[in-house]
Amino acid sequence: MVGAMEIYQLLPKDACKECGYASCMALAVALLNREKKLEDCPALLNPKYAEKFKKLKELLAPLENASETGLIIHPEKCFGCGNCVVACPVNVAAEPTRCAVGLGPQGEKVILAVEDGVVKCMNLKECRRFGPNKVLCNACTVTCPSKAIEFV
Amino acid sequence: MAVCTGCSLLCEDIELVGGTSHAKNLCRKGWAHFQSLYTERTKPTIEDQDATLDGAIAKASEILANAKKPLLYGWSNSTLEAQAAGIELAKKIGAALEGTTSLGQCTLMEQVLTGKIPSCTLDDVRNYADTSVFWGADPSNSHPRHLSRFSYYPRGEKHQKSYEEERSCVAIDVRKSSTATLCSNYFYRLPPGTDDQFIESIMAALDGKIPKFGDKKRMIELGTLLRKTEYGALFPGRGLVYSLQEKMDLLQKLIAKLSEITAFKVVPMVEHYNTRGFNQLLLDETGFINSVSFHDGAAVHGPMQSMIEAARSCDAALVIGSDPLSSLPFGIARALAKKPLIAIDPRRSLTTDAAKVVIPSAMCGFEAGGTALRMDGVKIAFDSVIKGDMQSDEQILARIKEAI
Ligand code: SF4
Ligand code: SF4
Ligand code: SF4
Repeated sequence: MVGAMEIYQLLPKDACKECGYASCMALAVALLNREKKLEDCPALLNPKYAEKFKKLKELLAPLENASETGLIIHPEKCFGCGNCVVACPVNVAAEPTRCAVGLGPQGEKVILAVEDGVVKCMNLKECRRFGPNKVLCNACTVTCPSKAIEFV
Repeated sequence: MAVCTGCSLLCEDIELVGGTSHAKNLCRKGWAHFQSLYTERTKPTIEDQDATLDGAIAKASEILANAKKPLLYGWSNSTLEAQAAGIELAKKIGAALEGTTSLGQCTLMEQVLTGKIPSCTLDDVRNYADTSVFWGADPSNSHPRHLSRFSYYPRGEKHQKSYEEERSCVAIDVRKSSTATLCSNYFYRLPPGTDDQFIESIMAALDGKIPKFGDKKRMIELGTLLRKTEYGALFPGRGLVYSLQEKMDLLQKLIAKLSEITAFKVVPMVEHYNTRGFNQLLLDETGFINSVSFHDGAAVHGPMQSMIEAARSCDAALVIGSDPLSSLPFGIARALAKKPLIAIDPRRSLTTDAAKVVIPSAMCGFEAGGTALRMDGVKIAFDSVIKGDMQSDEQILARIKEAI
């Protein structure tokens, strides 16, 4: 996954503050958190930065698919093993007789389920990383054998 | 609910949506297995010419009836019913029977089936086990739902907190497999072929002695984990079996030692969905779990009935639900390829391509029902989930027997 430093290296680094931040590093972090867009940096639109702009676009492209919780799924890497399905505390609470004991879910209240061989994500607003009482849950990422789930 | 026959876990919670166009809870391997319903299907052929099913069955019967030393090979992807029909056919025509594990998991499975080493069901593992050891096995790839359904992540009667606090998972392998990445602290990487030394090291650590092989501190850590385990489960894969070869008794010694300390159970990680079923059925029928010959009427088992010998000495072979020409060691495969082969298989393979007679069959679990033994010996029954006009292995074998 792309880091703030990597983004920072490609920014103009002249601290013009036109984006509203005190430093280019702060903008890099904001870009990573998807609070700002590349277009919010006027200097970057200068043709002399065209090459860097293109690179940044590519770097940040995967983030565009991230859900509001920052969850990114790479279905092409997924084994469909169901580890995340069984480990997710929201899934377990929603289906105590199924997900909790290793079976696939039946109802619609879960966040993660395996369909057609790969993981599928729904009801994301139920995710513990979301909302005012958010916690840094990582049950789905630490149980994944293929790094098919990531957080931004 | 459908049952997946993609591996020996026989997952029973598969939900089909819209015929077979979507499936819930099927892992990637199972989904691929499902998709293969529609690709590379076989058709009846005799010497590469299209034939009718009746024609192919008649030709196969003729070849087997004229053979003096026929071999019936495969069986791990067949239902218990088809396997029983195979044993009957072997008795009738005086054939040799060989399963796909004769060069692999066989010795270990024999010890499990005859009670020489303790075993348990996967449901027991889920409910009671606090330590799972994967040795020379990578279930995340071979049996993708193993950890989520049974061995690491689900809650069990005794383990409400599961992997977070109450279960540990150990991986012992020559490479950092996908499964090993999940065992973080307890991944032990071995140079190939050193499993015997590793076993001796664990035994030393269990005895409180200084282990001679491996990182001493980490070996002692492993010894401590195994000592405080209340209910352990060992899942040996082909990697361990191939590495130990004739030194299998070392593993037996380790298990005996662990059993003195605590409950420690062994479930061999066989691959195909009914590998264990064939071993069990043959054991019940003949007293041997594999490599049995009925050439002279009574069941005989010994070095002369080994797979290597059988492939060389047979004068015709029927191969069912397996692809020995690509899976057996080259020398044996070459010997087998020279014989007149009859292949019963729903899907095309190197073996069906080389076979003199090809008889297409229904895919078990989709187009045909039956029963099978999960890797832990639990019997799982399934129905067909789609209507097809293909004949099942069992029906085809019955017709061959009748024709002979
Ligand atoms: S972060 Fe936690 S709650 Fe959110 S999907 Fe992953 S496991 Fe479930
Ligand atoms: S995302 Fe990872 S843990 Fe979840 S099913 Fe896919 S491979 Fe398994
Ligand atoms: S783990 Fe095995 S039986 Fe279960 S869905 Fe996957 S391939 Fe099928």
